[in-house]
Order: sequence, then C-alpha cells, then structure tokens
Amino acid sequence: MKFIDEYREGEAAQRYARMIHRLAKREWTIMEVCGGQTHSIVKFGIDELLPKQITLVHGPGCPVCVTPLELIEKAIEIASRPGVIFCSFGDMLRVPGNSKDLLSVKAEGGDVRIVYSPLDALRLARENPERQVVFFAVGFETTAPANAMAVFQAHQQQVKNFSILVSHVLVPPAMEAILSSASNRVQGFLAAGHVCTVMGYEEYEPIAKKYHVPIVVTGFEPLDILQGIYMCIRQLEEGRAEVENQYRRAVQRPGNTVAQNLIQKVFRVVHRKWRGVGQINHSGLGLQDLFADFDAERRFGVADQTFEESPECISGLVLQGVKKPFECSAFGSRCTPEHPLGATMVSSEGACAAYYRYRRIRPEESSIPRQKVEAHEA
Amino acid sequence: MCLAVPGKILSIEGSDPLLRSGKVDFSGIVKVINLAYVPEAQVGDYVLVHVGFAINTIDEGEARQVFEYLRQMGELAELEENGEKEVK
Repeated sequence: MKFIDEYREGEAAQRYARMIHRLAKREWTIMEVCGGQTHSIVKFGIDELLPKQITLVHGPGCPVCVTPLELIEKAIEIASRPGVIFCSFGDMLRVPGNSKDLLSVKAEGGDVRIVYSPLDALRLARENPERQVVFFAVGFETTAPANAMAVFQAHQQQVKNFSILVSHVLVPPAMEAILSSASNRVQGFLAAGHVCTVMGYEEYEPIAKKYHVPIVVTGFEPLDILQGIYMCIRQLEEGRAEVENQYRRAVQRPGNTVAQNLIQKVFRVVHRKWRGVGQINHSGLGLQDLFADFDAERRFGVADQTFEESPECISGLVLQGVKKPFECSAFGSRCTPEHPLGATMVSSEGACAAYYRYRRIRPEESSIPRQKVEAHEA
Repeated sequence: MCLAVPGKILSIEGSDPLLRSGKVDFSGIVKVINLAYVPEAQVGDYVLVHVGFAINTIDEGEARQVFEYLRQMGELAELEENGEKEVK
C-alpha cells in the first residue's frame, strides 16, 4: 500500500538502527506519546533494535485506555435504556466498567452498534426518528474534527434524537502532567503524529522550552519511529530542546486550521479525569453551550458516581512512563486482555495489552530471538 | 485509535463545503469519505483518513524525506568517521 509499505523496509530500518547505535553516547529515556506508536514499537520489535542505553517508555496516548470508569458506567447505563441505539467505535465495547462492558449490554438485548464514523451514527438518527441515537465520542485531538462535524451537522439539520457522550482528551496537558511529576524520568518525547496533523505543533514549543525537553513530531510506521528516535537522541546528545517534525508528509506547523475552526465552534476545553492517572486540569473537551442539547449526559440525566480501580493495578505508573508492564505482578496472570484489571490492558493500543500480545514472556526468560522488523508485515 | 490510513481520491462531489465528500481508494477498498477538512484536495491526491474524514493531504514532496534524511545522516556519519581516522 502506497505511503505504508515503503516505511516498513527492513534494510532502511537496520541502517537507522546502526546510526542510532553510533549516535547514542549516554543513557536516555524517551517516551512515545501515542498508543498507535506503542503498538508499532512492540509489534515490530523496534525497541529491540536500539542500544541498551536507550529506554523507550510508553505514554498515555490511548483514549480507550484513559476513558474513566465513571464514563464507561454512564455509557452502559444509557445503552441499557429502551429506545436507545448506542453507537461506538468497536474497541470501546470490551472495556470493562464497574460491573460489565457494553458487549454484555448488547448480549442482554441492548441495541449497541459498532460504527466506523460518527457520521454513521448521525445517519442512523435520521433514519430512526423515533429512537434516541447516542454516539460514544471518545478520542484525542485526531478524532475531534469528526465528532465536531457530527454535532455541527446535527445542529444544522435539526436532528433532535442525536446526542454524544463526550470523553475527549488532549495531549499537551498530559505531557505537562508527566513532566511536572516528581517521579518523571522522561527526557525526550515522540509526539503523536496524527494529533499534530490536526492541531499542528506550535503548542508544544513552550513545553519544550519550559521543561528543556526535545519533542519530535513522529509518524507511526517503523521507519518514522526510528527516524523520530534518531532525531530525539541527536537533540539530547547536543543538549538541544526543540520541537522538530519527523512526519512532514502529514504534519505542518499550523495544523489543519479548517478542522481547528470547527472544533473551537463545537467544543470548549474542560477538566477531565484520566483512567489510571486522575484528574488533569484543562485536559479535555466538552460541548459549547450552543450545542449543549446534544450532550448525552445532560439529555439522559445520568448521575455522577465514583468507582475505585483495582488496588493491584499499576496502569497509572505505566501510562506515565514510570513502570514497564513486566514490572507488574498481575501482568499476564491475573490481568489479561480478556480480564483486564486496568487502563493499559483494556485496548490493543495500551502498553500492557501490546506486550501481552507480542511478548508474552519476560525478556530474561526468552530463549528464542524475536523476529526483527519485517519488510511487508501486515 | 488515532489510526489514519492513506488513500487516493477517485472522485469528489458536493458543493456545500461541509458536505464535500468523495470516493477514496485504499488499495482496492473504496469508501465514501468526508473531504470538508481538505478543501485543497483534488482527484488523484492522497489523503490521510481517520474515522471517515480526510484530515490532511499527503505531501508527496515530503514523503521521501525519511529516506533522504537517512542518506544525509549516513554520509555525515561516514565523513565524521573518516575524519577521525585521518586525525589518528
């Protein structure tokens, strides 16, 4: 596939790896922010191509993982109501709430549907005027233009039986929360490429300066990630802390301003709770007053409840790059993708689930060398 | 979740900028995609698609830079190594 296959070329990956070996003189810890990047790194064994003085830690950029239990419970409550068609991206359905998941609601007779796009949910609302159609609007900045458009069109077309349950989070405040924590060990970031496709990267420049940390906007294919790591280490070795753009084919500094305009029309910045991390101020999006009628929480009057996470789960520390999945005693035994204890095991983009899928045994127990970067792996 | 897939625009329809959409080919799978956020995109362009929306046009001129950077940095590293040898 054009613009994918060429960035998985094994020989170029090996050359980048050799260049990184030559470049890295000291120990550095780099965080990839996005769960899609984590998934690529573990799947292609990119971390295993790096010299041992380079540690990659996995960031909080998995919106499915960080959606708080309270919102999952609200989704379950709304989806269980008669007359509701509850629409969601597929990966939210297996995320356990306090009691059950959305898939069990479906099994019990609830009308829960997987959609590809929020516009599919809006179409369902137009086709079923006697039903309430709710879309579970989960995501980072990348998904905000799509959800903003669905609400904006619903408003324009006066589709009154459509609403969204908003769980939108923003990347830069989470990066700042990690950097300002006393236990922080992150010295450089690979910023999430597609978030920057939408938002650009101007807002990362003050963060790089304030915390003296290099930030490299990075894509998702193996060669993108290797180049991003190379650029980040180069800055670290030279003592620089700038925002650089590895993913130039898809990201420009101002971002997509047409999309940003609609996001600002429909959404405003609010405080959000992150599963495994806790509340981060100004770290999410909620609907503007003009669009408040489309807020499912308001329409269905679901009450706020607070739930406790499993005390055994260390996902908060994994999400902040303080611990690795292997350092958890429940990993792979009491906590698996089928029965997750917490945030980082619930989605395939969570660090724990990625390790479980591609690396079930601890590195020291492995006697078989893992397959390295493959040229045309699907 | 933030997965976005590159595809080639086959056709464009709709005069309302908000409803502008088009058929986009993902290596044989063709889907109707909202093009409101890429007003500059034309038939034949590659766009990056996330949950039914094109979020940017792929800059073909920049698409080779990952290889160009590798070549430049590789040459630089060789120059430095040769330089070190000469000093010795």
